[in-house]
Amino acid sequence: MVGLATVFGAGGGTSSYAEIEATDVIVLWGSNARAAHPIFFQHVLKAINNGAKLIVVDPRRTETAQWADLWCGLNVGTDIALSNTIAREIIHAGLANRAFIEGSTSDYEVYAASVEPWTLARGSEVTGIPVDAIRQLAHTYARADRAQLCWTLGITEHHNGVDNVLSLINLALLCGHVGRFGAGLNPLRGQNNVQGGGDMGAIPNRMPGFQDILDASVRAKYDDLWSLAGTGNEIQDRYGWHLTAMFEAMGRGELRSLYVIGENPAQSEADKGHAVELLKGLDHMVVQDIFLTRTAELADVVLPGSASWCESEGTVTNSERRVQRCRQALKPPGDARDDNTIIMDLAAAMGHTWTYGSTPREVAENVWDEMRALSPMHHGMSYARLEEHNGIQWPCPDHDRIEPSFLHGRLWATDPSERGRLAPFSVVIDAPPVDTLAADFPLRLTTGRRLDSYNTGVQSGGFASPLRFGETIDVSPEDARSLGIADGETVLVSSRRGGVEAPVRIDPSLRPGLVFMTYHFPEQVDVNVLTIEANDPKSGTAEFKASAVRIDKLRERVPVAGN
Amino acid sequence: MDLKTSDRIASDVEIAAIESVLGPALDGWRTGERTASDFHVGAGGQQLRDRRPELLAVLHAVNDRIGWISPGAVNEISMRTDVAPAEVFAVASFYALFPLTEQGPRQVHVCVDAACRAAGSTDALVPLGAHASPCLGACERAPVGLVTLAGAPARHALIENCTPAAAQSIIDGAWPAPEADVAAALPQPASDRTLLRRIGAIDPLSLDAYRAHGGYDALRAAFAMGPVAVIREITDAKLLGRGGAAFPTGRKWDAVARQPARPHHLVCNADESEPGTFKDRVVMEGDPFALIESMTIAAFAAGCEHGWIYLRGEYPRAMTTLTAALDTARSRGYLGTNILGSGFDFDIEITRGAGAYICGEETAIFNSIEGYRGEPRNKPPFPVEKGLFNKPTVVNNVETLINVLPILTEGALTYVTRGTEGSVGHKLFCLSGAVTKPGVYEVIYGITLRELIALAGGLPDGRTVQAVLLGGAAGSFIGPDDLDLPLTLEATRSVGASLGSGVVCVFDDTVDLVDHVRRIAAFFRNESCGQCVPCRVGTVRQQESLTRLTIGSRPDRTRADELALLKDLGQVMRDASICGLGQTAHNAIDSAIKLGIFA
Repeated sequence: MVGLATVFGAGGGTSSYAEIEATDVIVLWGSNARAAHPIFFQHVLKAINNGAKLIVVDPRRTETAQWADLWCGLNVGTDIALSNTIAREIIHAGLANRAFIEGSTSDYEVYAASVEPWTLARGSEVTGIPVDAIRQLAHTYARADRAQLCWTLGITEHHNGVDNVLSLINLALLCGHVGRFGAGLNPLRGQNNVQGGGDMGAIPNRMPGFQDILDASVRAKYDDLWSLAGTGNEIQDRYGWHLTAMFEAMGRGELRSLYVIGENPAQSEADKGHAVELLKGLDHMVVQDIFLTRTAELADVVLPGSASWCESEGTVTNSERRVQRCRQALKPPGDARDDNTIIMDLAAAMGHTWTYGSTPREVAENVWDEMRALSPMHHGMSYARLEEHNGIQWPCPDHDRIEPSFLHGRLWATDPSERGRLAPFSVVIDAPPVDTLAADFPLRLTTGRRLDSYNTGVQSGGFASPLRFGETIDVSPEDARSLGIADGETVLVSSRRGGVEAPVRIDPSLRPGLVFMTYHFPEQVDVNVLTIEANDPKSGTAEFKASAVRIDKLRERVPVAGN
Repeated sequence: MDLKTSDRIASDVEIAAIESVLGPALDGWRTGERTASDFHVGAGGQQLRDRRPELLAVLHAVNDRIGWISPGAVNEISMRTDVAPAEVFAVASFYALFPLTEQGPRQVHVCVDAACRAAGSTDALVPLGAHASPCLGACERAPVGLVTLAGAPARHALIENCTPAAAQSIIDGAWPAPEADVAAALPQPASDRTLLRRIGAIDPLSLDAYRAHGGYDALRAAFAMGPVAVIREITDAKLLGRGGAAFPTGRKWDAVARQPARPHHLVCNADESEPGTFKDRVVMEGDPFALIESMTIAAFAAGCEHGWIYLRGEYPRAMTTLTAALDTARSRGYLGTNILGSGFDFDIEITRGAGAYICGEETAIFNSIEGYRGEPRNKPPFPVEKGLFNKPTVVNNVETLINVLPILTEGALTYVTRGTEGSVGHKLFCLSGAVTKPGVYEVIYGITLRELIALAGGLPDGRTVQAVLLGGAAGSFIGPDDLDLPLTLEATRSVGASLGSGVVCVFDDTVDLVDHVRRIAAFFRNESCGQCVPCRVGTVRQQESLTRLTIGSRPDRTRADELALLKDLGQVMRDASICGLGQTAHNAIDSAIKLGIFA
């Protein structure tokens, strides 16, 4: 989100699902969408059926890669090296979209100079991908009439995740693959409403509708509506903390109380042993959730909330920026309550009477209408219109029209004055993973998701699946042979931070030197013990995707630092 | 795609057979050994899925090599074509010639249909170790069989005079004597034949002999007059399709020629499987260049860039002959680019069927060529709009196509004078059963059934006609009182019959007709593709009812009950089946009942 917002001013995927189906080339970079985004992948399958080419960039030859016309198995953490190499090849092959670059972008010259050292030979050496494959990727993407570049956590869960995103945006700018029907840049979202959470201001630097908190006119709108001006309670002129910064603040003793809604940081944070210690050290913690999560077990007060998709009224916003209505089908069980009502009661206890209505539906619609009055990009989305159109994509500033399904069409305006702020190229520097491989930690551990489980398993663990086989350490047949370990054998996996025991699963989609685990079964194997807490300074996302580990047979067990 | 294969591995021999069609694997990821060069790159996707139309050929290669389709081969084919193993299995299991359980290399098929059955070849007499087979398309030499011997290369041969003892000796390891010359299937003197005049007179594989006997005159004429004029000639000649449906050929070509979608395709339906039919085989074995020239003209007229001959899997000699003729035509510039300096490009490939009567249906043929189960498609869209690979497609039967040659060389005005108002031109009839000179007869529409039987030498002394099966299993039985029926489309239609594919199988008074009717019911039950309910269930119920009617196994059901049920079943199948198989599966039975065979 940060990368897209930096370049285009709005942090959302630029294309719609219908455009995915109508495109000519799809590049899935750091995304195992077949398993991790199965609904999105249905649209990819339709595109393939319509004749689109699929290129997958992923260290593992995943289920997704097996659908691809070309799989490029880069070394973990060499995404920028690869994108810079592709960029140089596109430029040198004369395939850069000069008209778009000159009319709609800025900073091209300095960017072009920065990728100049990235010859195919050097790119191949760093990424491991053969020269021909890189060239094929570059030419296929650049020559396409319409191309989609989509990514997920394989790009963002690195210490330089934002730079990774910027490097992909550079490629789209280079070829003019953004702002047109069928051509775009799309981060895939893991939940039905990750996009909506950010859109509604549940991020530390923006008010609803991606309005910058540092912008005085934005703050004034809120202060006016809520009659805050002159009370001393005006919205503050600074950014808040993102999740990782909060933990750092806890470490410094600056953050003493925490109100957690629908998150499970005790199990989802990298280096989780440390995270649990910090949460235990808080003065006060309130957790509002539909399950008694590990985090909730540590809380002073637990507020049972409602399941958004069936027990609440409101809206969600999906990966294609489509705001959709959620309707209550069931009453929350027992003492569980609608989340809006919980928050309103909290406000009342603090001396503020918020009168949004008496039924969940009334409350939800009135809250929404207040938000629409403040967020221009949601302004035209009344509940009536959302129902009429089966959901509406933002931006929707007007009550009487629907905007094009893609973002940033302004960049293609014939009249230069209508193009707005030119999209800047970003110089990005290749930075290998922080956790370097060494003789005592020779294996690169990367992490990911499987089809039938979701993140830490809070929402999916309660349901049986015939495909689920628990946590494993997935190893290539070659490594299994050289380590003398067998399929199903429990081994010790250790990193510089600690060690866990896990059964071996031999997976021929891995190459030697690359091993894989998920986060789905923290009760069984605590993978975050292994991962490194090296965060991206811009987004706060941790480098879950690249740890250095080694595997030992259990009978040869040796003490490991920190275990 | 992310394939899930079982743990069964293909043998080296199976892999070699698969690679003989598909070539070596793209990389080590899907099959074989994954090596260091694969660790950072992998290929797949469209370039694998594009191989799907080769699925049938790959299955043939495996079957030809080892005699069955093994689970390991299914896995290997799946990984190399990106088709799920369940789907590879589904396609293989569609075809009768692909065994899915382990078999010996030698397979013997003994025909038990129509003429062969009349010659004594019934299911009960098929020796252990041989398969009872539907019609093998060599009815003039009934009874016949077919032997296949898997290996490198595989061998296939027709077994003439295939008595139970002869079949047994083939099972035991003998190899059949060479087949009779194709000209033996033409008892008429050459002077009485137009379409078939070259057969027996020239070496079928000599292009020069073909040209010396008028070959490629028609194509030159076509190039000279242009596509629009060719279609006008065919339309003016009132040429109707000879495959059974009698659709105007000119209209079909015109409809395809006018389609803006490109490319256009041409399919020659040579899946001659209607029991009692063998005329197309005789043409392909005896005058292959005539078919190639006709197809080139059709493609030129309708703007087709590529042609397919969908050939019955049970026609080994036609396969050999056509393959050689296509090679010759290609090397001499009669196929390929810039044919005869006209600027027109066209080529033909053969798709070898694998034992499925339904693949003669014009849309089932598309699915089969594309590598899917040969199930018919719903119409519309019609083939002229969306046919093979969803492109505008001309589908014509072999006999229809070769009629194009005299039309273009003699002119539509001459051609149209032959025959009657509604049935113009030459027609090939396949005479078999109780006639003294069985074979293919070329006549002008309008000859009566009695005259045609007389042309074939009549019945042996002392025998009389009990019934004639006209038009094959999908046709109808004609009784001895109706032998003066003129053989035209309009006359047969007026008595509720059909010329179908030109089958005239004569049954004399010694034949057990009830047994033949029950065999026809069994045939349709076996050959129903199972896609649509009326046909899948109806053909089974029809056979059951006929069995009860014959042996009276259900005392609580009267004869009238069964006849009423059969009538209902026939009506349901005719009204509600997707394709012609179900729609005609009751015709012969209905006509037999009306003849009083079950009285």
